[in-house]
This record gives sequence, C-alpha cells and structure tokens, in this order.
Amino acid sequence: MNESTIGLVTPTSELARAFKLESGVDVNLCFQCNKCTAGCPTSYAMDYTPAQLIHAVRLGLDDLILHSKTMWMCAACETCTTRCPQDVDIAKVMDAAKIIARRRGIQPPVPGVASFYRSGLTTIRLFGRMYEVGMMMMLKMLTRDFFKDMGLGMKMMRKGKLKMLPSLSLGRTIATWRLFSRVKKKEKRVTR
Amino acid sequence: MKYAYYPGCSLHSTGTEFDESFKAVCQSLGIELEEVPGWLCCGTSPAHSTSRLLSLAMPMKNLVLAERTKLEEMVVPCAACFSRFKIALYEIGEDEELRKDVDEVVGSSFQGQIHVIHPLEMFDRVDSGTLRSHVKRDLSDLKVACYYGCLLTRPPKAAQFDVCEYPVTMDRVLQSVGIPTVDWSYKTECCGGVFSLTETDIVLKLVNDIFNEAKAVGADAIAVACPLCHANLDTRLTEIEEKYGVDYGNMPTFYFTQLMGLAFGLSHKELALGKHIVNPEPLLRERVPA
Ligand code: SF4
Ligand code: SF4
Repeated sequence: MNESTIGLVTPTSELARAFKLESGVDVNLCFQCNKCTAGCPTSYAMDYTPAQLIHAVRLGLDDLILHSKTMWMCAACETCTTRCPQDVDIAKVMDAAKIIARRRGIQPPVPGVASFYRSGLTTIRLFGRMYEVGMMMMLKMLTRDFFKDMGLGMKMMRKGKLKMLPSLSLGRTIATWRLFSRVKKKEKRVTR
Repeated sequence: MKYAYYPGCSLHSTGTEFDESFKAVCQSLGIELEEVPGWLCCGTSPAHSTSRLLSLAMPMKNLVLAERTKLEEMVVPCAACFSRFKIALYEIGEDEELRKDVDEVVGSSFQGQIHVIHPLEMFDRVDSGTLRSHVKRDLSDLKVACYYGCLLTRPPKAAQFDVCEYPVTMDRVLQSVGIPTVDWSYKTECCGGVFSLTETDIVLKLVNDIFNEAKAVGADAIAVACPLCHANLDTRLTEIEEKYGVDYGNMPTFYFTQLMGLAFGLSHKELALGKHIVNPEPLLRERVPA
C-alpha cells in the first residue's frame, strides 16, 4: 500500500479551494475558537453554526454545506468577521456559500430569502436603482405570500415612502446593463 | 464646504426623511451638496449574495462617477451603501488581480481622488462651538440612545469608523447640539436588516432586544444613521409589542439628522417628522418646549 491508495486527508479540501477562489478567504486558518458563533445574532435560526460551517468547508463536506440553511440565515452583520482572531472573513464565506450553491443548481432551503435577493437584483438590473414596489411585487409572486405586510405597505405608500413608479433614466439603464453583462462574461470565463 | 452626495436608493424612497433632514441640516450649517450625476444602486445585499465581482463593480462605478465632480469627499448617509463603498475600496486595495477585473467591468479605473465619508464624520469635524451656535431649541429633556447598527463600523479593517464595538461619534454630535445621550450596550447590535420582508420573526426578536435595552437604560427615543435600521425599528414596533406582550410607550426612532434639525429650530415638516410610522409628536410635545 502506498500513499495514493489510502486516501490521504489532504491539507486543503477541494471545496476549501473553491471557496478560496470565490471569496479569497482561507478557511484553513480557523482554529475553532467559536467566537464567530458566540456573537452571531442569527445563529439560533441556523442549522449549523458559523464555526461549524467553516469547519465543514475545511473538511470538504459539500452536501452538508450547500444544502444548509446557515448562509441564508446570515444577516451579513459582519460581527463574526470583525471578531475572528484568525482574520477569517466569515461573512464573505457565507456569501460564497450562497453563490456556489446557486451555481450548482441547489434549491435554497430558505426560499423567501433567496427570492428577496433575486427580486432586488432584478429591479436593480432593470432600473439601475432599487425599485421597492416592483421588488415587493416580484417577491410576492415568487413566495406566493400575497398578504404579508400589505397593511404596512399601504401605510408607507400614503406617507410617500414608497413610490408607485420606478425612477427611469435611459442612460442609467444602459450603464447598468453594461456592468451586468460584463460581469457575466467575466464570470463565465473564470468559473468554467 | 462642498461635498459630493451619494443618496443611494433608500434615501429616495423608504428613507426619504433621512434625505430631507440631512439636506436641511447641511443648509443650516452652510454645507453645500452636489448629488453625484447618474449614480447607480450600490448593489447592496442582493449583489454581494449573488456575485462578488458585481458587488465590487457597482460601488466602484459610482466612485468613478463621483470622481468627475472633482470634489474631495463624497458623503454617504446610508450605512449600508457606506459599507459597500468601504468594503469595495478595501478589497481592491488588497488584491491587484481583483482590481484589474473590477476596472475591466467598470470600463475605467478609479484614481482615488475622492474619499468616502459618513455625515457623522462630516458633522463631527465641525467644531462644537459652531454647532452650539446654531442651536435654537432646548432638547435637554430628551434622552436619546444612539444606535449605530452593524454596517457603519464593521468590519473595522474596511469601515475605519470610530471604535467598532463602542462608537461615540453620534453621541458626540448630538451632545454638541444639547441632546443628552445614554450609555448602553446595544449600540452596534444587528436589527436583522435584510430579513425585514422575509424572515420577519428574526427582525421582531432582534428589534425587541434593542428596545428592551433602550427602555431599561431610560432612553426616550432611539437615534439611527441607517435607513434599514430605521425601517425595522419604526415599522415593527406595534407588532413587537403585541408579540412579546411588552409596552415601549410608542418610543420613536429618529434619524440623528432629524434631531440635529430639531435643535437647530427647523420645522417638523422640513425634517419630515410626519413620515414616521410611530408618531413622535406626543413625546416632542411633552419634552420639547414650543
Ligand atoms: S472566530 Fe475565526 S477562528 Fe474562531 S471559530 Fe470562528 S472562524 Fe474559526
Ligand atoms: S455576518 Fe452572518 S454569520 Fe457573521 S455574525 Fe453576522 S449573521 Fe452571523
């Protein structure tokens, strides 16, 4: 028997490498102090804690991570990143987990949150700016939850805090469209 | 003094009170603002959850546009936008390859001729004597808890704003215009930001904790510097009181610029105080001499 037949535990998992490529973060720096988890405001709603997620990336547990709720329940508050003694940018790992899961076609286990990002980005792409009413309508179509916060929405509309129509500008739409398409082209080249 | 101004999407919609009161206060202080022509959304959480490159390219595109104003500083009131700008600048500063990719997407290269600052930093620079000389209303009976939220100070390597776990800039600015602020431990806790419309239960829990602490330290109101914090605190109060069986006595949440404007004697209309969901008028009638 030689080294190649016993399935060596390699120092860096395939997945950890994918995360490094996506986010620039080296999860192997983590020494499992759990400080990130202790300060996380939403860890109670996650299935794996931030520290567990980081460790699972080190171990290369693709299925566990990419189907987990954890990254979708991350509020991007940056507390973990701020406090990690090893300078692991955990918040960026959470983003990378969402991005990699989506790229591999995995249905997000917290569909509402994923739909929120999708609706938001769609209006940004179309108008160059966030268009709240459009975003909310799209979110309602995607989540099929038509009555949530309707009363609040009406109240805000009456107070002039929500605009019925998006702010339109051709120049802005073209500039945004250019940006989005260049990003897409570039990402295709990198991730192929 | 003249600054480039990046309002961001929220200040043109759900956070219009911030936009109106910020401009009004600047006018009182003789500070000029020039809105960045053709600005785009900063990308915010939908971008950084979907594509790292996009999340960096959107702020950098805006900085390229801002640079054309030839002004030295761009002021960004929305804490979420502020954070996306600071993070983008930090990340491309750390990684040359990434910078090249971003430049290619943006179509031109940012020269570093304009700096990003938050209104709090801007007002903090005005000497306190000048701030005091503008005061026309006595707000010394209004105890305020300054709530900074997540994105002004974190992560400190990028944000470079005050002391990240216990900032005092907003306290200092409000105190300079005669508003007493309280010491409390929830200054930089998270309000659940992005979950407002989807995982609302998380927001209710986190915001309940914030109000609970503000009440415990004897605050009459909360001051914020972020439209997302404001939306979560202002719109969810009644739901929270029902869900948790608590009573926060209609504690209002103000933008810190609205409080400055009140001290400067500006009208409630100029400060868009009527646009809040939680009506601040009863408290103001009780604590602020007419
Ligand atoms: S704080 Fe950093 S080192 Fe500690 S467990 Fe979290 S990621 Fe690992
Ligand atoms: S950024 Fe996400 S994982 Fe980190 S502490 Fe905040 S909510 Fe938790």
